[in-house]
Amino acid sequence: MAAPARPGNARDAAGHGAVKDLRERTVRVNGEPCRVWEAGQGEPIGFLAGLFGVTRWTPFLERLARTRRVVVPSLPGFPGGHGHEQLDDLPDWVAATLDLLEAAELRGAELVAASVGGTLAAEAAAFSPGIARRLVLVAPFGLFDEAEPVADVWAQRPDELPALLAAHPERVLEQLAPAPGADPVECHIENVRAMEAAARLLWPTCDRGLRKRLHRIRIPTLLLWGSADRVVPPSYPKRFAERLGGPCAVRLIEGAGHRVDLDAPDALADAILGVGAEDS
Amino acid sequence: MKLLWFHLMPYTELPEDFVERHGSVWVDIDPALFDARIGHELYNEFLDELEEAAELGFDGICVNEHHQNGYGLMPSPNLMAAALARRTRDAALVVMGNSIALYDPPTRVAEELAMLDCLSGGRLVAGFPVGTPMDTCYAYGQNPSTLRARYHEAHDLIVKAWQADAPFVWNGRWNQQRYVNVWPRPIQKPHPPIWIPGGGSVETWQWCARQDYVYAYLSYFGYQAGRAVMQGFWEEMERLGKDKNPYRAGFLQFVGVAESRAEAIDLYREPAEYFYGRCLCVDPRYAAPPGYTTEATLRAKVVSQVAQAAQRADQQRRAFAAPSFEEILSKGYVIVGSPDEVAEQLRTVATELNIGQLMLLLQFGNMRRDLTGYNTELFAKRVLPQLRDLFDDAWENLWWPRPLARETRATPRGMAP
Repeated sequence: MAAPARPGNARDAAGHGAVKDLRERTVRVNGEPCRVWEAGQGEPIGFLAGLFGVTRWTPFLERLARTRRVVVPSLPGFPGGHGHEQLDDLPDWVAATLDLLEAAELRGAELVAASVGGTLAAEAAAFSPGIARRLVLVAPFGLFDEAEPVADVWAQRPDELPALLAAHPERVLEQLAPAPGADPVECHIENVRAMEAAARLLWPTCDRGLRKRLHRIRIPTLLLWGSADRVVPPSYPKRFAERLGGPCAVRLIEGAGHRVDLDAPDALADAILGVGAEDS
Repeated sequence: MKLLWFHLMPYTELPEDFVERHGSVWVDIDPALFDARIGHELYNEFLDELEEAAELGFDGICVNEHHQNGYGLMPSPNLMAAALARRTRDAALVVMGNSIALYDPPTRVAEELAMLDCLSGGRLVAGFPVGTPMDTCYAYGQNPSTLRARYHEAHDLIVKAWQADAPFVWNGRWNQQRYVNVWPRPIQKPHPPIWIPGGGSVETWQWCARQDYVYAYLSYFGYQAGRAVMQGFWEEMERLGKDKNPYRAGFLQFVGVAESRAEAIDLYREPAEYFYGRCLCVDPRYAAPPGYTTEATLRAKVVSQVAQAAQRADQQRRAFAAPSFEEILSKGYVIVGSPDEVAEQLRTVATELNIGQLMLLLQFGNMRRDLTGYNTELFAKRVLPQLRDLFDDAWENLWWPRPLARETRATPRGMAP
């Protein structure tokens, strides 16, 4: 079965500059189709997206693809990915994430993962140490401190959510808008579905136990955070760093919000590619 | 037809500047606004009102379930129904909670409702709402993405538990119990009638048809807004080959009766404005958690009534303008008038929308005992007799409790036999 047609396909990326060799394939997770986008040449680097997923190729991904083979698998329920409704608990999600990464041939590669994708990448790395050789977590969910709580992204008025997610809310809106000629109702449903998939894992956004497993992550880990993150406060990377079991570094990206990939694509790509965790 | 007296049990002392100064009547309503001494008065007053309605001849009395809500003081409708079971003799006890996905294990609901059915001699109607997003996802922290699947499994488990003739294993997706064996058992066999309060989703209609349950559209926005929903419901029933038995459908309507329309307008203006102006001030951030509304319903572009209410409240708060009583009347949220005028209007509503189980809100907003008693008594004595026979020549109510014969039912201490 082919993945259902969806708005915001790879070709929309044209507006963001040259995407010379964007390749798309479909892998199966629990029998359901999940899209894998890929561009660039060289050593592979994976990217697991956060809230709302990857609706179209972004300047951030394009920047990574200049020097690396960027592989972007879609998690179940996120744009291009299906089957979130089968995932009932954390073990289901972790197994699906491992299946997806392996199907995308990313086992043992460097893995960049943001927001809700970062939560799953961290869980996957804790349960399956060989899944990545280096981890870059960009503002992952997963820890919770009542004194400085993570925002409830599911209790926001629709018109206030973009500004909560990014310092450049218009970039969020651009990502969520239907592609030219696409059905706006289906596009809206796809956006809601992505939020539902994230909620299915995280709701009601409290402690889901990751703090008890972070010590099992012994690979080099870089924690990147927007200094203006209004969702997971910029004090959280320290909490992650204290619990991680391997070498780690923390880097704040000045002025960026939770969607660092939209707010500061170049700075984020530079931080990922330029300096390894071991060096800082 | 059946005429039922429905209580929301609203807190009656929300301040006049509630909309301006407080964010929401639901979920994060300011705890400082609750005075427990007033709570004590209200619970006793409200139970008196329900008991009086039963004595005056309403066919049923209804309670429902809300959490962290300033217009609904019944987190546990079962507690209220238990009190009412002992102080009423004949009225059906219509419990329009329990939001069965909230209870772990759901057999707790099977047990409590079986207790109520025993206690009342078989007068129970079991209402199973999914529950609003505010109640379920925000107040109770339930995951909107799994809520409906949990709801359906809880339903299957409860209904099986009521009927099973031996202990059984429940190896469910969400609930696992090695020894399901509900004691006590309900009086009504195979189980009490089940009514499903719902919004306007096609899936709920189809499910009600499949299970042969009553669908109850509990809107606060009256018969004009409800017409399209009920039309959709009956069209779907026809498509599914179901008959047009009006007792398949329940509907909620606010009503204020007085000797004349002028007097009714005078009496019910304040409580109506209190309800629509303060009680429905729901912060829209709690109205639409992702996954709560199914994709099929999103696609059908049916906006749930809670979202509508939230949207209204949002507009109100931003504009600081609650609906005027004139607007409330012209849009049909509340029907007011003399007994004959009200009877005529309700006859039209029941006939046009084909409603056999008509639930009436005769207490609303900040109405206290005297006015509620006046409204209830006038309705019972001069409206109810004009409507009671509607539909009975043509249809049988297959969804009404079947209690023990009156002479075989126990007489609680202090009650007339």
